[in-house]
Amino acid sequence: MLAEKDAPVFIALDAWPVSNKKSPDDSDFSALLRVFGLMNINSILYSPPSPVYRMIIRELAERDEAARRDRKVVPIDCETRTFFHDIPVLDEITPEKIAAALSKRKSAITKDGAIISYGVVTPEQAFVSFSSTCFSLSVKYFYDSLLYLEGCYKRKSPPEEAFIKKFLEISSASAPVLPGNESPRLIPGPPETVDEIMEMLAQAGRAVVENRLVDSYFGNISYIEGGLIHISQTGSSLDELEGCIDSVPLDGSSSVGITASSELSAHKGIHALTGANAILHAHPRFPVIMSLLCEKEASCPNRGFFCHKACPEKRYAAGIPVVPGEIGTGPSGLSNTVPPAVARHGAAIVYGHGVFTCGSNSFQGPFDRLMETEKACRHDYLELVKKYLSAFDVKGDFI
Amino acid sequence: MGKSLRVDLSRGEIQVLETPAAICGEFLGGRGAGVAMVAGSIFTEAWDSPRMPIVFATGPLVGTAAPTSGRMSVVSRSPLTGTVFDCSVGGRFGTELKKAGFDFIEITGQSDKWVWLDIGNGHARIEDASALQGKGTGETGLLLGKGSTAVTGIAGENGVRYASIVFDGHYLAGRGGLGAVMGAKRLKAIRVFSGGEGKKVIVADPDGLRKAREEIMRLLRASQAVFGEFGLAEFGTTALVDLIHARKMEPTHNFRKTLFSGSSNYSGYAMKARYRPKKTGCAGCPVLCKKISFEGVPLPEYETVSHFGALNGIDSLEAIVEANRLCNEYGIDAISAASTIACYSEINGVKPAPEEVSALLRRIALRDGDAGRALAEGSYRYALSMGRPELSMSVKGLELPAYDPRGAYGMALAYATSNRGGCHLRAYPVSHEILRKPVATDRFSFEGKARIIKIAEDLNAAVDSLTACKFVFFAAGLEEYARAVSAVTGKEQNVQSLLRTGERIWDLEHKLNAMNGFTKDDDDLPARFFEEEGTGIIHTKKGTLTVPPIDRDAFLAARENYYTIRGYL
Ligand code: SF4
Ligand SMILES: [Zn+2]
Repeated sequence: MLAEKDAPVFIALDAWPVSNKKSPDDSDFSALLRVFGLMNINSILYSPPSPVYRMIIRELAERDEAARRDRKVVPIDCETRTFFHDIPVLDEITPEKIAAALSKRKSAITKDGAIISYGVVTPEQAFVSFSSTCFSLSVKYFYDSLLYLEGCYKRKSPPEEAFIKKFLEISSASAPVLPGNESPRLIPGPPETVDEIMEMLAQAGRAVVENRLVDSYFGNISYIEGGLIHISQTGSSLDELEGCIDSVPLDGSSSVGITASSELSAHKGIHALTGANAILHAHPRFPVIMSLLCEKEASCPNRGFFCHKACPEKRYAAGIPVVPGEIGTGPSGLSNTVPPAVARHGAAIVYGHGVFTCGSNSFQGPFDRLMETEKACRHDYLELVKKYLSAFDVKGDFI
Repeated sequence: MGKSLRVDLSRGEIQVLETPAAICGEFLGGRGAGVAMVAGSIFTEAWDSPRMPIVFATGPLVGTAAPTSGRMSVVSRSPLTGTVFDCSVGGRFGTELKKAGFDFIEITGQSDKWVWLDIGNGHARIEDASALQGKGTGETGLLLGKGSTAVTGIAGENGVRYASIVFDGHYLAGRGGLGAVMGAKRLKAIRVFSGGEGKKVIVADPDGLRKAREEIMRLLRASQAVFGEFGLAEFGTTALVDLIHARKMEPTHNFRKTLFSGSSNYSGYAMKARYRPKKTGCAGCPVLCKKISFEGVPLPEYETVSHFGALNGIDSLEAIVEANRLCNEYGIDAISAASTIACYSEINGVKPAPEEVSALLRRIALRDGDAGRALAEGSYRYALSMGRPELSMSVKGLELPAYDPRGAYGMALAYATSNRGGCHLRAYPVSHEILRKPVATDRFSFEGKARIIKIAEDLNAAVDSLTACKFVFFAAGLEEYARAVSAVTGKEQNVQSLLRTGERIWDLEHKLNAMNGFTKDDDDLPARFFEEEGTGIIHTKKGTLTVPPIDRDAFLAARENYYTIRGYL
């Protein structure tokens, strides 16, 4: 059995193990190493996340309905739903329990707030799953909390005190994982050479990650010039784009774009409709949360299954259109839904997923818009929370 | 489980048996079941012995609503490599076989005269094939009439060591010469026709299967490599031409170079513009990666265009499409044929024009004249007979496909360790090294690759036994397929249980090869890759440089790691 520890344990295995725990006598190390005998994986990560996520995980593990009933948490944002399905909660952290949980899922959480994840192809997969778990659980926590408070408000029955206490604690501890107030200064453009384009893309990508506008490192970015769209490759880290840009002819005359971001078609569509040549897509948290919030929820026959695919309503969050759209190019793919919305408003939020912005000749405009969208959505969220809580005379220092 | 057929062509007998539940339990179906069924004969029998079985095996997903459930496996011993050998094949044959009420066909014996096997709903007959002998695969298929067909061409009749089996006109059990195994039995063809009213596959948990299917579809739709603008659905595998060119790992002039200036002439885009292809594909597949020209000519796959193109220095799309048509018609594996011709060209210092390539293909299929007879043996035996074995670009006698290993080190290791010889599909590292799925790995590094290759080999052994299509795994994972197969069979599977099954299959194949004298020395690449640099400038972590030869020591160290992980010491 693994003790709940404050320090991470990471092991990567090719023929022999490599770990941050040097000593094979370390009991955590040997316990985790045993998981390799039970699963065909090449790396495993056990780690408590930063304090606010740890609080969120503990709270979900203890209070969430599905977690209580089935010992699993079901994420609600689309990205995570596509790849994670649900996240099991482990009460005992034995190698056997870990292997049983991870045989079916990409990560598991412990009731004490740690995350266990793994890689099958590369060790990076373990870290990506780890950070996606943090993102998705925080989206779930804030969204579910808002719904809960709204319910209390409407029913005029005060929220549980334990909930309020934790909510205030978590909210006020959230600052370190949220974007700050200042936008960085980006290269003004327009770039004159391909090298300058690459530099601009790399800088803007890094700024998106540094300002915490994505979960893990993902999102995508493109710049269009001279009949080519220079776009980040699929699965590339926005903070390390050097060497990970595909230059794809807009006329479709080469299929090198097969390794480009899966949102290539959306980027091309935005360019075609708006003429903008600098396009940014990221996953800031509060736009994702607010996109899930729907007034028609109770009465809508499509609720649940169709929201992210084919919502017929015109919806907005912080004045920006919220559109349905699955990743990719299918009939309900966001490559069809996003461009027209961006053409009308200069930005669009994809339901439960993220934000697209665009501009011309430089990434300053699209970047600032992304920040503004995050701030505006966070502001709206807090206003709602305040309204609901004030009915019960609860005041607090939020996020 | 359902029924299976056991056919003895020496005696002209057919038995209908219960499908062996133990084999399905342990090896799923498809490749795994086929390997288990031929295992008893691999050590004792030559590929052309009447006692050597050839098995046609469907998997548990065939005929169900699981995406890409229309595939199956053909398994026997390869005339080319001498190893146990399986081919995963699409088309409609597997689905039709299931509908006719059968899971597997196991064929042994040798008929006195040419025959074909006619399978109907719940029954089968051996028919005289003298009228089909000497006919091309297309014509034979047409003459057999309704239903789904598996045909060996004149190459198979003549024992060409890399003769293919052609299913439904253009789906191939392409590699390793299984068409020659059919030929050795004087079995020209098999037809299955369930009459359109055949049995439905019973699914234990239809709702569970529907959910798994939805998940898989959702992941497919999200995948740039599958349904994206340049994905498989749009261009078929020829979408890879531009990419492999851009990565400077395009095997050119018998692997002397890694870049060919003429490849844009036969890229996916060029093919689309010239032939305005229609999409087609295997039964039960939503992707439909196969392309047929508007005139109805099946268009070549990536491997074929690249090997008749760059590998032989031909930049004419028409010539390549014609070479592909001839390979289909004669029933020859296009990868081995193109590579054997490139080897012949290098040894003789010639560069055959497109018409000469067509003429050579015909002579190979007919074993006509000295060149035809020599080249029908495959590049390795040919190069050896010429005293230049190092110029056969093969592993264990199987010619390498169109990914130069100097441009992808996982591919280098996987070519070497592949238990059916030089094959890209056993571990399919192209997926992560080139297509960045499920995540990108550094293609110029061996770091971590031994374990990656081992796991991928197990995974693909399971996929080939389910039987599903590898292309889906650019998007979906074994998680989703574990749910699909659990729902179909009612027996709970998860990723790890499927991987363990894959490992069991791999270990069995490895053991069979070891019994036949294969050793570490066979797990190696042609010396060229360690000695000669490639062509063109690439950007690596070590800087910007010309594609370097593979570091022999690093390769050997990774191979040692691989054996350690496998426990083969
Ligand atoms: S993707 Fe292509 S090869 Fe695979 S099952 Fe579909 S049509 Fe067949
Ligand atoms: Zn996104």
